[in-house]
Amino acid sequence: MKLSNRTKVMEQGEMTLAERMYLPAIVGGMATTLKHFFSKPVTIRYPEQKRYLGPIFRGQHILKKDEQGAERCTACGLCAVACPAEAISMVAAERIPGEEKLYREEKYAKVYEVNMLRCIFCGLCEEACPKEAIFLRHDTMVPVFNSRDEVIYGKDKLVEKMDQRYLRDGWK
Amino acid sequence: MDLLSDLFLAKAAFIGIVFAITLGIAAYSTYFERKIAAFMQDRIGPDRAGPFGILQPLADAVKMFMKEDFIPANSNKWLFIAGPCLSMLTALMTSAVVPFGDTVTIGGVTFDLQGIDVNIGILWVFGIVSLGVYGILIGGWASNNKYSLLGAIRAASQNISYELAMGLAIIAILLFTGSLSTKAIVEGQQNGHWNIFYQPLGFIIFLICAFAECNRTPFDLPECETELIGGYHTEYSSMKLGFYLFAEYINMFISGAVMATLYFGGYDYPGIDFVTAQFGNNIAVFVGMGALIGKALLFVFVFMWVRWTLPRFRYDQLMGLGWAGLIPLSMYNVVVTAFGILIGKPFTAGIVGVVLLILGLLIHDQLFVKKKIA
Repeated sequence: MKLSNRTKVMEQGEMTLAERMYLPAIVGGMATTLKHFFSKPVTIRYPEQKRYLGPIFRGQHILKKDEQGAERCTACGLCAVACPAEAISMVAAERIPGEEKLYREEKYAKVYEVNMLRCIFCGLCEEACPKEAIFLRHDTMVPVFNSRDEVIYGKDKLVEKMDQRYLRDGWK
Repeated sequence: MDLLSDLFLAKAAFIGIVFAITLGIAAYSTYFERKIAAFMQDRIGPDRAGPFGILQPLADAVKMFMKEDFIPANSNKWLFIAGPCLSMLTALMTSAVVPFGDTVTIGGVTFDLQGIDVNIGILWVFGIVSLGVYGILIGGWASNNKYSLLGAIRAASQNISYELAMGLAIIAILLFTGSLSTKAIVEGQQNGHWNIFYQPLGFIIFLICAFAECNRTPFDLPECETELIGGYHTEYSSMKLGFYLFAEYINMFISGAVMATLYFGGYDYPGIDFVTAQFGNNIAVFVGMGALIGKALLFVFVFMWVRWTLPRFRYDQLMGLGWAGLIPLSMYNVVVTAFGILIGKPFTAGIVGVVLLILGLLIHDQLFVKKKIA
């Protein structure tokens, strides 16, 4: 008496006639490949066609502005501390009167740089940010670069443009 | 022979056209091989060079010519060069006896759409196919590389083994025709009396042997990557490698044409009388040539289809199938065909032969083969 009585005896005898003639199996296999021959390819022609990668894909960084167009970042440095790859560096500056339209709070990041060669796109900066200022956008990837001076992204490339604001699925 | 006679010029032009067609089809076979492989694996395949990747063979050829042409230091230099040349030469020579069409009259010259109508046509095919082994054998030996040599030896023994069964399959055809001329074989099959209906078993044997002769999967042991790196062309590079690969595709097309000639009525197609009556003899003959090429291309597709379906045989399975399977089978086929011709009912005999064979195998199976327990 075995434990379950469901043991399969796997001893193999001779192959049956159909198996020894190969032909039925060959015809079956060829039918399978012919079926795939007429089925739709699953290929995405990448540079021309892009696949939707989901609402939380971690792509290129963006420094958000608020509805009035003022930068949210206060240069607190929590993102730089959280960054495991030490890709983020910044220089803080104090807002002077008259700049209230540009920066939301009294302190702002004069320089904000992400080294894209170091960045591992983990998204910890996004989680660390108390001001909801930095995000990894789900719809844009960091493009291929050919020389090292294209690698460090400053505020010119990171700050959100007001005419093409970044909206993630689920935001209003 | 007068070198400037109209017939000579017409034949020369025709042979040139056949060469061009063969080479063009071989070049585009590489493209379609990749496309078909891709479609069967739910991919797209090459689509970057030109629309739908149609210029891919051109790009491949340019790449092949640009690569370094390397000859190993301890190889036999002349034989190393002769190998791929011989492969290419023999691959192209076979098409000489394939009848591409019936007689046409152009500009007052009447000639056959066939390179040479020799009365030993099918023997010529066999002779050249056997010579084709030398290309591989010489190349593999001259490389001074044990993997190349092993691949070459495999190719030689495989081709010799399968030539026997192939020859026996053809003998059954020759029993019908009574002639070795390919032209006579095709003419015997006109108006739909294709040999495939009389020789289903013979056709299957011939098809399997053709796979083995072309070194195509499932019989591509001469270039078995897992065991032999690259097989007989391990040491080859540049256009010499290209020649070997090219010769394989030419062989595929030609063996497709030979199969169409032997079993599928050659240039015969349904409605040939109608086309002749409507458009005249010449048009009908050229449509027939198209029909033959179409049949050959269908076989090329089957070659590729099989390649991307079946895995490779083990070497002992290959030899077992050839010697213990196909040769007795083809001998049986010869006996059945001869009997059918003797009693004057070849069609019935062919069908009865296959049925008897399957019955016999089933009975043998029931009586002597140990059954699976589960």
